[in-house]
Amino acid sequence: METVPEPGSNVPPKKDRLQTKKKKPRRYWEQETTGTAAGASPGPPRKRKRNRELRPQKPKKNDTSKKFRISKKPRELKSPRPQRSLSGAQDPFAGPAPVSVEVVQKYCRIDKSKELPHPKTKTRSRLVVAEAQEEETSVRAARSELLLTEEPGFLEGEDGEDTAKIRQADIVEAVDIASAAKHFDLNLRQFGPYRLNYSRNGRHLAFGGRRGHVAALDWVTKKLMCEINVMEAVRDIRFLHSEALLAVAQNRWLHIYDNQGIELHCVRRCDRVTRLEFLPFHFLLATASETGFLTYLDVSVGKIVAALNARAGRLSVMTQNPYNAVIHLGHSNGTVSLWSPAMKEPLVKILCHRGGVRAVAVDSTGMHMATSGLDHQLKVFDLRGTFQPLSARTLPQGAGHLAFSQRGLLAAGMGDVVNIWAGQGKASPPSLEQPYLTHRLSGHVHGLQFCPYEDVLGVGHSGGITSMLVPGAAEPNFDGLESNPYRSRKQRQEWEVKALLEKVPAELICLDPRALAEVDVISLEQAKKERAERLGYDPDARAPFQPKPKQKGRSSTASLVKRKRKVMDQEHRDKIRQSLEQQLQKQEKAKPTGARPSALDRFVH
Amino acid sequence: MKVKMLSRNPDHYVRETKLDLQRVPRNYDPTLHPFEVPREYIRALNATKLERVFAKPFLASLDGHRDGVNCLAKNPKSLATVLSGACDGEVKIWNLTKRKCIRTIQAHEGFVRGICTRFCGTSFFTVGDDKTVKQWKMDGPSCGEEEEPLHTILGKTVYTGIDHHWREAVFATCGQQVDIWDEQRTSPICSMTWGFDSISSVKFNPIETFLLGSCASDRNIVLYDMRQATPLKKVILDMRTNTICWNPMEAFIFTAANEDYNLYTFDMRALDTPVMVHMDHVSAVLDVDYSPTGREFVSASFDKSIRIFPVDKSRSREVYHTKRMQHVICVKWTADSKYIMCGSDEMNIRLWKANASEKLGVLTSRERAATDYNQKLKEKFQHHPHIKRISRHRHLPKSIYSQIQEQRIMKEARRRKELNRIKHSKPGSVQMVSEKKKHVVAVVK
Repeated sequence: METVPEPGSNVPPKKDRLQTKKKKPRRYWEQETTGTAAGASPGPPRKRKRNRELRPQKPKKNDTSKKFRISKKPRELKSPRPQRSLSGAQDPFAGPAPVSVEVVQKYCRIDKSKELPHPKTKTRSRLVVAEAQEEETSVRAARSELLLTEEPGFLEGEDGEDTAKIRQADIVEAVDIASAAKHFDLNLRQFGPYRLNYSRNGRHLAFGGRRGHVAALDWVTKKLMCEINVMEAVRDIRFLHSEALLAVAQNRWLHIYDNQGIELHCVRRCDRVTRLEFLPFHFLLATASETGFLTYLDVSVGKIVAALNARAGRLSVMTQNPYNAVIHLGHSNGTVSLWSPAMKEPLVKILCHRGGVRAVAVDSTGMHMATSGLDHQLKVFDLRGTFQPLSARTLPQGAGHLAFSQRGLLAAGMGDVVNIWAGQGKASPPSLEQPYLTHRLSGHVHGLQFCPYEDVLGVGHSGGITSMLVPGAAEPNFDGLESNPYRSRKQRQEWEVKALLEKVPAELICLDPRALAEVDVISLEQAKKERAERLGYDPDARAPFQPKPKQKGRSSTASLVKRKRKVMDQEHRDKIRQSLEQQLQKQEKAKPTGARPSALDRFVH
Repeated sequence: MKVKMLSRNPDHYVRETKLDLQRVPRNYDPTLHPFEVPREYIRALNATKLERVFAKPFLASLDGHRDGVNCLAKNPKSLATVLSGACDGEVKIWNLTKRKCIRTIQAHEGFVRGICTRFCGTSFFTVGDDKTVKQWKMDGPSCGEEEEPLHTILGKTVYTGIDHHWREAVFATCGQQVDIWDEQRTSPICSMTWGFDSISSVKFNPIETFLLGSCASDRNIVLYDMRQATPLKKVILDMRTNTICWNPMEAFIFTAANEDYNLYTFDMRALDTPVMVHMDHVSAVLDVDYSPTGREFVSASFDKSIRIFPVDKSRSREVYHTKRMQHVICVKWTADSKYIMCGSDEMNIRLWKANASEKLGVLTSRERAATDYNQKLKEKFQHHPHIKRISRHRHLPKSIYSQIQEQRIMKEARRRKELNRIKHSKPGSVQMVSEKKKHVVAVVK
């Protein structure tokens, strides 16, 4: 169970706690009783107190002005000792609220390991200022976590009790009525296995059955928005940017319906679509088809942005990376390929399994990818650096469907069983040893999705839809400007306009979404070279060393030449040293690392 | 078994009545705000486009003069009052809020060469082609009184410029020499010359108030200390300087408007190289004035345009022109740093916004927050090629545009020639001279 400790834990320091234990609570403005009267007063000895009062005011001011400094040694930012005012009243919570370094780290955007340019340049001073501001903002953002109202859910067994043994009925019995109402089963045996999708704010649910049944509802209030039968096989269903639009991949073409069930568009350029993904910030609907094409449809203007041939046969496994909007496709040869609309070739190809890939899921931080294959393996990959598996386990049946929750829980649908694994906190991979929860359904799983901002896992199966309770799955505090489950119609309209105004163009999709804020070193160097070529000389080149004239006869020609020679020699030595170091590095790189030395190695040289 | 489910009370998230504001809980967790950089980039792009859409800098044209406007002056005590002198000897006082002329004086015969206000704002001085210096009251004559100067000084030679001391009752005029006058006397306290030539403008330093700068038609800029009888030092440039202006925030920095289409910002302590050469005009620069913040200045040129330069940049950030505006002779930046006035040949004074896309009037706090945010974004992404292209784009009249092209070709040719000369001479015998050093001929102390 991962319950993140409340950031910036506002537990008073130990000394204060002692104080509250022994004495009855006292208002901060009340006069502190003297040591003799209070008997065992835990306050500091009087002598020291007097010293503090005698101290001039100035250093205190310095103290407060540097309140945003984070020192690495203490884990918490120490607030200055309580200070006395003129009236003798004491503020027990003097200074800014304490912030823990880990929380600040979460909000930090600048990579401090990078070396700054030469100390005298203007750029450096600008960067130093920017860094200080950045630090201040991250501390402020971390401090604002105090204002978050909701706490994440959790499920803990009594000592020795396995949480995986806890049944849904037990949970439903234990929780409050409002939460219990979130567990429900829709018995829809007639129209066969269902795919489902929650809207981005987790308020609405759309599902489509293989035999043509399509419905959308506000699942919290259980109010049905529309229910239709499209009289055609439904492969996948997906909400577009808001709950008012619904994309349905039908047997032949892609259709778009509104929340009344009225067909708005039939997109014939996307045919035989098997899977749909919607990229909300780019307004792109990515479709994977039986013909092997990955097509990006811009839903804001209705144009096909890119149609990429994956050259790997029928595509039936697709997911998006919510961190960088890269599409992950699983192929029958065991590889997962990563795609962006700007490139005709995959960005990365990862060989994940020995058989075909059955399911892929990426977590919300974009760090981990879970895959399952025909070899009955379930693997978690690291996406940020190496694309190497972090953990793997064999499942008796193999997972056909995978889903990550907002807080990093991994759900897998295996036959008619759903297993959920949890990790330690949000950014850590789920540990695959012990499942966190399991549940058996009345039919085979056909679609899985965690509901955003609610502790609920929606499962579509051959017997209908099941809404499972998974405590601790969702992010407890939503951001009202980003996706608000309680938004009104006006707010939604306002948000829609704003979102369309800042639609990110499809060309900006790449593996690192922060790359846009970095310095483009390559083109900078190119421009420099071109400028030098155009001017006929390099304007930034260092002028050759010219010895300064010295007085009292030490400026003879011989000594000038000597000094010049000295500097030249030094530079020459530096150059040689650098080139030697480079050679050494090259040799080390060329050596095969980790491989066992072979007997044939002696013939290489 | 211990279990807690996420269960929100809708009352905490929905407003109580329709009259309330909507509740918007915030969570600044970066995972809830993906694509931070691309979205900010798009916002910056939109903000840059909107800036160009809303760039409507022209506010008003004040007409009433019957000849070209030759000089302008601000009133140090009143933002709304502006004085202007014309080529027919007429001085007009304008009210900017009403955009009307409130007083007209026939001050001189021939040109009004210079005009300046006293630091207290109660009177002003004019010099003209009729070899007189006149002091006038700022307030008009009361009923029945005649329009008469407070004092008139008859000089021997023509005065071409005047400036008042920033704190004391002392003013300086220039003509064939620089004269320093006490307001109470009819003869100068001292007069300083360095060679014989006509001096076109003289300016007091607003911080180090004893210092003066002047520029003469023998291509030099001369600096004086009022406490000494002789000039301090001078720098000789390639071509004649028309006016100088001191930086109101940095005591030793001044900018000179030169005939060779450039402006030079000098550090008074090291005159041998200018701090910055500002190039963009395509004809002689006639006047220059600093913004009260000391970060930017505006220049008026014979090429019928005015440009705004940041002090530390060699290229202008803004160019203003209209179809009807002819050669701009004088320019002033108002004391609230929001507006620019320019007087031109075709008898009009024009009022411009200093920041072309700024919204005038009172801003609500949300508007202010939005503009601040957009400003920061534009600053953050200013070097991205797409954004840079949009924010730099200006429409220019055909004459200026073609002149720029022509001068680019000429400059390229000169550079090529220089390169060839270096290439074909003994290595080291011909050196590349930087743009900054090229234009300074000599410094004399």
